[in-house]
Amino acid sequence: MKRPGNFSDFRSRTHPAYWAFLVHRFSGLALAAFLPVHFWVLGQAIHGEAALDGFIRFTDRALFKFGEWGLVVLLALHLMGGVRLLLIEFLPWSGLRKNWIALALGCGAAAGLAFALALLG
Amino acid sequence: MGTDIEVKVWRGNGEQGGFTTYAVPRRDSQTVLDVVTYIQRHLDPSLSYRFACRVGMCGSCAMTVNGVARWTCRTSVAKVAADGRLEIAPLANLPVIKDLATDMSEFFDKWARAKGQFKGKHTRHDDFARVEPASRERLAANAGIECIGCGICYASCDVVSWRADFLGPAALNRAWTLVNDVRDNQRLERLGAVAGDAGCHVCHTQGSCSERCPKQIAPTAGIAGLKRLVAKAAIKGEL
Amino acid sequence: MTSAITQAKLWYWQRVSALVMALCVTVHLGIIIYAVRGGLSAAEILGRTQGNWLLGGFYAVFLLACAVHVPIGLATIAAEWLGWRGRSADLAAILCGGLIAGMGLRAIYGLVA
Repeated sequence: MKRPGNFSDFRSRTHPAYWAFLVHRFSGLALAAFLPVHFWVLGQAIHGEAALDGFIRFTDRALFKFGEWGLVVLLALHLMGGVRLLLIEFLPWSGLRKNWIALALGCGAAAGLAFALALLG
Repeated sequence: MGTDIEVKVWRGNGEQGGFTTYAVPRRDSQTVLDVVTYIQRHLDPSLSYRFACRVGMCGSCAMTVNGVARWTCRTSVAKVAADGRLEIAPLANLPVIKDLATDMSEFFDKWARAKGQFKGKHTRHDDFARVEPASRERLAANAGIECIGCGICYASCDVVSWRADFLGPAALNRAWTLVNDVRDNQRLERLGAVAGDAGCHVCHTQGSCSERCPKQIAPTAGIAGLKRLVAKAAIKGEL
Repeated sequence: MTSAITQAKLWYWQRVSALVMALCVTVHLGIIIYAVRGGLSAAEILGRTQGNWLLGGFYAVFLLACAVHVPIGLATIAAEWLGWRGRSADLAAILCGGLIAGMGLRAIYGLVA
């Protein structure tokens, strides 16, 4: 039987800095997986405007737009979470900087909102 | 008062074990250590556990309470078992000797591997060392020297469970206090000791150590400091 | 190079590339939100990027930072969650960096040249 307190025991992992770690790691993974796809689609431009446009048309559907929105939010979260880590690691210690966690969430929301408005407006 | 608490206690050797449930009478101002002691004295004398001072000074009674590493003598039942249920297990990330007692050898071995020993350059024939109390280094060291080696930070850290060589928050905090001790003579060896896969750079700033430390020490702070110093030394070719 | 020095330098380069990317990502987010207005089309994109060597240079810098930052991050996750360490893992990380750099440069070339 598994002993309590290990990785799968969430009870000791419900504090903000830990969630920030999880968001940072999973958003990084998602973005890393997206990158090759992103470059491949953009690389279609080598075959001319029509080739690129064909793919862009393909992504005009709702599911893709939702995915793009999600990636924009994840990018903003990874960015701000990363800036928080740079501050913790390079500036004099001032705690786990939970205000930056809040700021990261705010910027993620703002980026998501701005993207959605730009898309739909 | 009056109702019993339902207490699940981890029993077993090593990884082979499971929970046994006991009914413990509720008392005023009861601590989790009181509960464990009651079980061992009145219900099951075969239960193995550690404690010493029982007043929050020695750190011997550290266990996993409802999934969270705590000093059981300073954890009130009223706070953690409001619904009348308690789950007590040994500290995580350490091998179990029996029931609630863990083998802390690796914890202290890593302390030694991080060069957690002071080595000064002066002898008894020299004058007293002058240490500026308000200096940045002394303040940094002071923030970490109250550690009593209870193992709660070590038990709370994911990286300790993911990387067997990782020295852990307590050992690295200790190394940090010594790196900031101007009297110490082993700076470069210590920076070398806390570098690499075992060292400071694999800390992911999860912060569980700093959140759980009963002495309010923040190993995350010292580890961040070590990251900078080690990287600087590595790039300068000093390591 | 010993493991300790390598680990220290990898940490350092991941942070330096992170710093570069903090600026690049901020700019890129702005570009994305601007470009996506009224829908995307190849003609619009190419109209902005073709011949724009300044933009190409910006994205080349961004790309190089990615090619450093992403493999180090992935290698860390592989070591901790998949137990994948050692020579083969290091090689995979380097290949990953090469793939990102290669595909990215191809994309920049296609859009700018």
